[in-house]
Formats: sequence, C-alpha cells, structure tokens
Amino acid sequence: MSNIKYILGSFGDPDEMMHGIEKLQENNIKIYDVYTPMPIHGIEAKLGVKRSRIDVAAFCFGITGTLSAFTLIYLTAVVDWRVNIGGKPAFALPDFIPIMFELTVLFCAFGMVGTYYASTHLFPGRAPRVMDLRATNDRFIIAIDAQQGAEHTKVDSLLKEAGALEVKYNERKYISYE
Amino acid sequence: MSGHNESILREPLITGKDITYARITDEVLMPVENKPNKAWWIGFIAAVCGALLWVFAVSYTFWTGIGAWGLNKTVGWAWDITGFVWWVGIGHAGTLISAVLLLFRQNWRNSINRSAEAMTIFAVICAATYVVSHMGRPWLAYWVLPLPNQFGSLWVNFNSPLVWDMFAISTYFSVSLLFWYTGLLPDIATIRDRATGLRRKIYSILSFGWTGSVKTWQRFEAVSLILAGISTPLVLSVHTIVSMDFATSVIPGWHTTIFPPYFVAGAIFSGFAMVQTLLLVARKVLGLENYITMFHIESMNKIIIVTGSIVGVAYLTELFIAWYSGSEYELYAFQNRISGPYWWAYWLMMTCNVISPQLFWFKKIRVSIPASWVLSIVVNIGMWFERFVIIVTSLHRDYIPSSWVMFYPTWVDISVFVGSIGLFFTLFLLFLRVLPSIAIAEVKLLLKSASEQEKRRQIENKEHDKVYVDSYVESLEKFDSVKKEDYAKV
Repeated sequence: MSNIKYILGSFGDPDEMMHGIEKLQENNIKIYDVYTPMPIHGIEAKLGVKRSRIDVAAFCFGITGTLSAFTLIYLTAVVDWRVNIGGKPAFALPDFIPIMFELTVLFCAFGMVGTYYASTHLFPGRAPRVMDLRATNDRFIIAIDAQQGAEHTKVDSLLKEAGALEVKYNERKYISYE
Repeated sequence: MSGHNESILREPLITGKDITYARITDEVLMPVENKPNKAWWIGFIAAVCGALLWVFAVSYTFWTGIGAWGLNKTVGWAWDITGFVWWVGIGHAGTLISAVLLLFRQNWRNSINRSAEAMTIFAVICAATYVVSHMGRPWLAYWVLPLPNQFGSLWVNFNSPLVWDMFAISTYFSVSLLFWYTGLLPDIATIRDRATGLRRKIYSILSFGWTGSVKTWQRFEAVSLILAGISTPLVLSVHTIVSMDFATSVIPGWHTTIFPPYFVAGAIFSGFAMVQTLLLVARKVLGLENYITMFHIESMNKIIIVTGSIVGVAYLTELFIAWYSGSEYELYAFQNRISGPYWWAYWLMMTCNVISPQLFWFKKIRVSIPASWVLSIVVNIGMWFERFVIIVTSLHRDYIPSSWVMFYPTWVDISVFVGSIGLFFTLFLLFLRVLPSIAIAEVKLLLKSASEQEKRRQIENKEHDKVYVDSYVESLEKFDSVKKEDYAKV
C-alpha cells in the first residue's frame, strides 16, 4: 500500500462524479483535484475554488492599452509633428478613438490570455501532467492523495457507491512521464 | 450539475441514439485520426492548384508592380479592394458565432463555432494579402506602422481611416487567432491523449500541457466569456472602420453615414453564407449530421434573411437619400449605378442579396439542404458584386467626363481572386485534417441537456405534458438525422 500515491475514481457521468465529491467530503476525505473532459458548472463552489480574478487583470490590461494608444497618438500627432490639415486642430480626439479602442482590445486579450496561460502553467512544450488518459475523452476523474491518511478501502467503497466505473491506484503521480 | 434543464419545446442540438461522450470524441476526431478519403484529396488538389495560381499571380504583381492589374487613372481601386472587403466580411461570421452567440447563450453555436472561427482566420489571411499587394511596393509595408523614422520623424496620419484599418485588421486577426487557439487547447489535449509516437509528441507541444483540472476549466470559462465580450465590439468596429475607408472620402456614393451599419450587416450576411457553403459540405463528407443538425442550418438561414433584409433596406435608403440630399453628384452616382454601363452588376447585386434570400421565408426552402447551399453561393456572388458596385461605379465616372472610363480586369486580377479562393480552401481542408472541426468539449456539454436522446428519455418517463411533447415531436419533422418512425408511438 505504501507505494500508492494517488487514488483515482473514474466516473462515466458528471452527475455521479459530483455525487462522489459530496460523498468524499461528507467523510472528510480531501480531494486533490478533479479532471474532466468538459467544464462542470458548480464544481468550483463544491471544491471551494475561489472565483477567478482574471477579469480584474483583463480590465487593467485593457486600460493600459487605452492609455498607451492615447499616449502614442498624442506624442506623435500633437507634440512631435503636427500636420496642418486645413488649419484643423492637431488634437482631434474623436479621430484618436478608433485606435484607442483597438489597442484596448488588443492589450486586454493578449494580457488576459497571457495571465491565464501563466497562472495555469500552460505553455508550448510543457509536459502534460496527466493522471488518467481518458480524462480528456469520456471519463470524469476524482484524484485523492493516497498519503493523506484516509483508509483506501473506505475511499474505494465510497467512490464505487457513488457510481465510479473503476478505481485506480497510481504508484506514480503522472502517468504521462512513462 | 452537468447542465441546466432545458425546456422540452426547444429543438435538440444533438440528434441520434446512444450518443456517449466517447462516441462524440470518436466521431469528431474521425477525420483527424484516419487517412483522408478520395473526396478530400480531390478537393485538396484542386485547392492547391488554386493556391499555386495565387502564389504565381501575387509574385507577378510584386515583380511588375500593380500596373499588372486593370487599374487606370480614374479607377484606382477595383478587384483588389473588392476582394479585400469581401474576404474581411466573410470573416465576420466566425467571430459573430463564437462571441455574440456566446454572450446571448445560444448553445447551437457550440457545434459550429470552431470551423467558423477557422474560416475567419483564413478569410482574414486572404484579405490581408490583398492589402499588402495593393500597396505596390510591398517591401515598404511597414510604413503603415507608426515607427520612428528618418523623415522627420514623420508619423503616420492618425486622422486617416486607412491607419485605423491597419490597427483594426491586425487586432482582429491576432485576437481571433488567440480566441480560436485557446478554445482548441482542450481538444488538442484529447487528440494527444489518444495518439502515440510522434503524433503524441506534436500534439503534446501544441496542447500546452492541458490537463482539464478544475482551476484550468474555471479560468478557461472566464477567459472565454471576457474574450467574447471584447470580440463583439471588435468585430463591429472592424467593418465599421473598413466602411470608413470609403465613407470619410468625398466621392459620391461613398460619402454616406449609413455605411458603418450597412457594411456590418453585409459582412455578417456574407459570412453566414460562407459558413453555410462550407458546413453543408463538411457535415455530409465528415458524417457530422448528428452535431450540425437541421436546426443549425435553419437558424443560420434565418440570420441570412435578417441581415439580407437589413442590407436591402440600406440599398433603398441610399437611393432615397441620393435623391433627398439634393446633391446632383450623389444622385448621378446612383442613377449611373442603376442604369449606367454597370447596370448588370448593380442588378446582379440586388437580385442576389435582396431578392433571392427572401426565398428563405418559405420553410420548405429554409430546411432544404440543396436550396440552402445554392442560395449561400448566390449570396457570396451577390456580396462580391456589392463591393464591386460600390467601388468601381463610384470611381469610373468622376467629376471630369473626359476621364470617364470602364474597368477591365487583367488575367492577373482574375488569378489573384480565383487563387485566393484556392488558398482559403487549402487552409480550410488542412484544418479539417489536423484539428477537430467541432469543439468537442463544448458539444459534450450539451449531451445531458439539449440532446435528442435526453429529451426522448424525458418523454418516455412521461415528465412532460402531452401538448408540449406533440409540439416537440412536430418540430423534429424537419430533421434529416431523426427517424420519424421512432416517434410514431409517442
């Protein structure tokens, strides 16, 4: 038993998996993580995952874009080299708006997605830390840290009771390194 | 819960019996994980021939200059900008489907968004090549950027819509690419976890190490929603700014305030027509009838009638304003469009864009696949002529009658255009082979709420009133992927 690192409950149905989470929590068994092939609504509340603050980051990046565009246009078209177009004012704010808008969107999108990739450790070439290969296909996987002290037979029976199709005992954390 | 409860009255978004999560993966990945069939090869070879023609024609243009095109002193923009606006417009449907329909929680977008977004990216690539080649000296293309230089420093003119357009198109392209690729990550991970050997290595790099853990999905959804929120005004701004390339000039027929909404509606109109052209074929060839159902086809046809009618109203408003403005130049520009030497182009545009899409009011036509496909091609042709009419008829008779001319395309003009279609299809066919054409994860979301089998289970368990069930069963009649006999008893 000592070599077992993670116990995986593999479910075929998302509702049964949610039921499994409830069962484990009722018995004070800590869940390491859950891997699913699609987003499961309401799971973050159950697992106590805090609301993502990526929207705040997105706003900050967006406003940076707005200000950058304004600064660029102001410094070039108003300060550095005024172009006399029929005597019209060089500081023509309405004409600045389209580019200010575009750069707001550009900075917001790239900043936010960059933040997302960084915070979830996604980047090209990263070794996928996969516990079960079917978690991206048709299985909903609950992973439990086996070293946490919960009795394995108990975990096993709780998962199966909730409807797990199989329970796996992984001796390595990530199988994708094999 | 894996999905909210959906009213029985809503038509199913996934049809077929015994659909499981595994089966969705298998069916969507069928073209990616197997060798291509004959139909694909024939299409691909034809498309590559077109793309080679494009390479040749564009290289010839670069070598000789834009004198290779049929442009003259009076008509300085013709097939190049027509092609550019046509392709950008086509691109708009992808963003509309992925962003606007996400904000409105239209779940039917889930099975068409991926290929529509791919279409957007390829269409914008085609459009961008026109921008570069019409510059004449493409090696100086970087002059459109506000870079410090040794002419002063003389900056770009920030009052010019052409500069706005550069910012708009490049933002649009890069943000669309980002949106599309981020959405692809979970599906690339699905391919990775099923592949072996070199394929696994390649898809492993492309998947960015996606695992599908709770936090990844939670933030993924937040990111998608915000990207949709910023892409919606972005897509509207892009065609608004494209229209301002014309509207801020003082050419009769261009100098109108109706252009931004009129161009945006036209873009969505032509974009949906192109989605329809591509998906009606892809659904059949790739066997995706259960995921891209008659409901999807009918919904897109409805959008085509709405936007086609908006475009029709815009045409009539333009005519009215040309008369009402009291400006004789404006009035002449429109008289010339209707009855001048390019009358045939104007009436082709009117017929293809305003009159023929009205046939979609008939349900029989709206749910007929051959009719939808033919009409979608007609709309594509009509929208090309719309841009041609706007650009060429406004220019070819300018203020001095002695410089009035006609525009005749050269073989280079024609080859660049035909070749760009080849390029577009080459990219699209390659996409179908290496990436899933349907967003697998998003379609799986629908399985337990909006699928035919779930609704059928509810009917069999007698969870609903008979009136509702009857109306639901009646709505299934149009589906070509549902067997009517199955519902004979209920």
